[in-house]
Amino acid sequence: MSEYRIQGITGEWEVVIGLEVHAQVTSNAKLFSGASAAYGGEPNSHVSLVDAAMPGMLPVPNRECIRQAVRTGMAINAQINKWSRFDRKNYFYADLPQGYQISQLYHPIVGEGEIEVILDEKDANSPRKTIGIERIHVEQDAGKLMHDQHPTMSYVDLNRSGVALMEIVSRPDMRSPAEAGAYVKKLRSILRYVGSCDGNMEEGSMRADVNVSVRKPGEEFGTRTETKNVNSIRFVMQAIEVEARRQVDLIEDGGTVVQETRLFDPNKLETRSMRSKEDAHDYRYFPDPDLLPLELDDAFLEECRASLPELPDAKRARYEAMGLTAYNAAVLTAEAETAFWFEDLLAERVDPKQGSNWLLSELFGALNRLGKSLEESPVNPKQAAELLGLVADGTISGSISKQVFEIMLETGQGAAAIVEEKGLKQTSDTGAIEAEIAKIIAANEDKVAEYRSGKDKLFGFFVGQTMKAMGGKANPGVVNELLKKALDQ
Amino acid sequence: MTDLTKLGVAAIRTGVASGEFNAVEVAEAFNANVAAAKALNAFIVETPEKAIEAAQAVDADRAAGNPLGKMAGVPIGMKDLFCTEGVQTTAASHILEGFVPTYESTVSANLWKAGAGMLGKLNMDQFAMGSSNETSYFGNVISPWRRGGGDNAALAPGGSSGGSSSAIAARLCPAATGTDTGGSIRQPAAFVGISGIKPTYGRCSRWGVVAFASSLDQAGPMSRDVRDCAIMLEAMAGFDPKDSTSLDLPVPEWEAGLNSDLRGKKVGIPKEYRLDGIDEDIAAMWDNGIAWLKDAGAEIVDISLPHTKYALPAYYIIAPAEASSNLARYDGVRYGLRDLPDGAGLQDMYAATRAAGFGAEVRRRIMIGTYVLSAGFYDAYYTQAQKVRALIARDFEAAWAQCDLILAPTAPSAAFGLGEKTSDPLAMYLNDVFAVPASLAGLPAMSVPGGLDKQGLPLGLQIVGKALDEQGVLNAGLAIEERAGFTAEAEKWW
Repeated sequence: MSEYRIQGITGEWEVVIGLEVHAQVTSNAKLFSGASAAYGGEPNSHVSLVDAAMPGMLPVPNRECIRQAVRTGMAINAQINKWSRFDRKNYFYADLPQGYQISQLYHPIVGEGEIEVILDEKDANSPRKTIGIERIHVEQDAGKLMHDQHPTMSYVDLNRSGVALMEIVSRPDMRSPAEAGAYVKKLRSILRYVGSCDGNMEEGSMRADVNVSVRKPGEEFGTRTETKNVNSIRFVMQAIEVEARRQVDLIEDGGTVVQETRLFDPNKLETRSMRSKEDAHDYRYFPDPDLLPLELDDAFLEECRASLPELPDAKRARYEAMGLTAYNAAVLTAEAETAFWFEDLLAERVDPKQGSNWLLSELFGALNRLGKSLEESPVNPKQAAELLGLVADGTISGSISKQVFEIMLETGQGAAAIVEEKGLKQTSDTGAIEAEIAKIIAANEDKVAEYRSGKDKLFGFFVGQTMKAMGGKANPGVVNELLKKALDQ
Repeated sequence: MTDLTKLGVAAIRTGVASGEFNAVEVAEAFNANVAAAKALNAFIVETPEKAIEAAQAVDADRAAGNPLGKMAGVPIGMKDLFCTEGVQTTAASHILEGFVPTYESTVSANLWKAGAGMLGKLNMDQFAMGSSNETSYFGNVISPWRRGGGDNAALAPGGSSGGSSSAIAARLCPAATGTDTGGSIRQPAAFVGISGIKPTYGRCSRWGVVAFASSLDQAGPMSRDVRDCAIMLEAMAGFDPKDSTSLDLPVPEWEAGLNSDLRGKKVGIPKEYRLDGIDEDIAAMWDNGIAWLKDAGAEIVDISLPHTKYALPAYYIIAPAEASSNLARYDGVRYGLRDLPDGAGLQDMYAATRAAGFGAEVRRRIMIGTYVLSAGFYDAYYTQAQKVRALIARDFEAAWAQCDLILAPTAPSAAFGLGEKTSDPLAMYLNDVFAVPASLAGLPAMSVPGGLDKQGLPLGLQIVGKALDEQGVLNAGLAIEERAGFTAEAEKWW
């Protein structure tokens, strides 16, 4: 990838980035209780006795959360640890009812893996880079404090308390904001393919702690800071940019970077110190005595593996082999939603090339215009296949299909019905076409003369005129053939 | 009519089933004893109406010809560590004073399902931390026993299940629940001349039991004799999917399996338990126990449990470490005491609430636990203690190659006077020295009365068995019970 350098007064600096991504596991229930893990809901409406840490309550692992973590690990080609264990991370805060978070420090469920990222997916020649993943562990989320409910007190909402998170820890392998952005994007895509996390950063189901340090290229790692809870890809990139700049300025000013936790303020585009290492917590991690070690058997692992879908890289390669352009294959597979939509289209026996071109230009163009996402598309793959089928079998022309699609978007009607109702069927009626051609030749004698004297380019003009006269419904092949005959005589 | 409060679990169950007396009569009799025994301070909350209600249900079932449960018509005391729906549960602490659970612990629910009724919530050492019941926020329990010779000094009923032991010994209830983390069933049973068994770790669900040290806490029955323990343990035990450490095994029919014929059994006598300066009454009782088991047909073998001396230090690292974390939830945010000084922030509230809500011993153990888990000390203390724990479990494993059961004293002394050891925590902790190894290894262990010492105070003999061999432990306990002829009772003064 292109080298990202920060220009300082003492020369160029390189940024070193590692990310800890917290991804909420998709499951109905929380990690250790039966309470709903759904987003939203009235405050404290998704809280069991366990989540509220009532006296004598005990955690029981939710098998589905474990399964999702294992599947995620498999999707990044990581080592799955058949023996793992939960630890308690002890600290006091009002959003943490137990006074400890159940996490996995010493023996995480997933070990080393990796993700290949493409800096620019639209560029088939964009260099690729492999980012190492150190581990994935599962842990409980905390609740939420609400500071705006009372003049002097804070309220606590425990709906999120105990929801399962995967913490996906990368190696410090990234060297630019763009690489970090591409990594988060790819990771989110994999999670969505696997179905282990919805990747919804706005709702907080995915957020990143960004570790940043700077160094002169080739030198040892510098001291890093950790910017917590960054909740969009754009913010991740911005936070890196401003934090790296801050560190360079600080060092060049004669200061030293201190290892600390920072917060990113997207409005002011700056990071601010949250707490330094000196007043960092001593979390007193120790194995949770309420839980037995997690032991996974081969049958369970096999089931996890068998349930994995085709992943982005494999899908992209398959699409290219089907004859799609590298660009189309990359864009179709980058986001799970697009890939799944396209798969549904293929399932309706649409020609891959026709389908991918239509999806990426017509449908995406329309959605862009309407300000809608693919999930909100007014036209579903089955309806799209009907439309494309009418083009493929010559019932309507490509240009008419655009008209039909517009009506579909507006009315939700089916393509065939629209074509029928509006009489948009393409015609190969040579008599009707020949009659129009005769009129056009008569009306444009000068142009006919020019054409016949060698100005071949005018042929397109006659095609256009004929199609226009036919209301766009003439079969272009037939028009071409008849025009040639008429003009060349 | 016979005094119904002289009866144990089996006798009450049989009498109720046969119609010799009804369950309500039994409940009323015990309710009366409870009401008249305030001086012992055994109960934090009395629930006579609950006892009557359960008894009425049993009587109605009997009248209707419905099958009766294992504990039908038996009113019991419930240690205040068990959460009881609608009835205050405090773990004898100020921080949980007034806390009324909306849920019922699995063990207590099992007992109510078996037909037992609740006389009240029994006093205990605060959060089960203590060996004398002096750490309760609600005042110490007093043992019904007194030393002979006109010495009226108030004695400790043992701990932490001291309310349970005192209430049974004083016939305020025929049986009670206890919990044992490092001897909290066995030592109080020994101090008042009753029986109590801590089953294999995982037999009884911990769900709804206020946690002290999760890897050690185990509920068990306390009662007047071995048969009653067997009956009640059957009712309490069983797999509970809500407790991940619960054993997914059927509950054996321990009562039906009782058999004091020990022929073919080998009983190990651990030499490390014969401490220098062992109390001579304790040593004599132990010798008697050996003779009784021999008489019951057992072969006696000398064994070694070489890491015994490290058990107590390891226990006093592991248990406080877990407790320091388990008790973090008592923070004044959601339930229980909240002390919010004027203008205080969150941290101030934590400090004020926990300082006011926890007693001195609880605070001491939280601090010890916090210290041993701290960065830089973790390996030296906690990791090391876990290694010792593994070695102790291995000692027992090795011993089982030579014997089926182990016989030892339950505690190194008879009951001591209230206040005698409170100024010296180490002396207090030493009282658990014989009880702790079985706890660390998760093994079933029982205390049965072994006789009286020279002061006329009860002493207990401890039987430790292999994991899941509660039957073997109970059988050896029965063999001792049949031979010890222990009938002594505290003379009523309360």
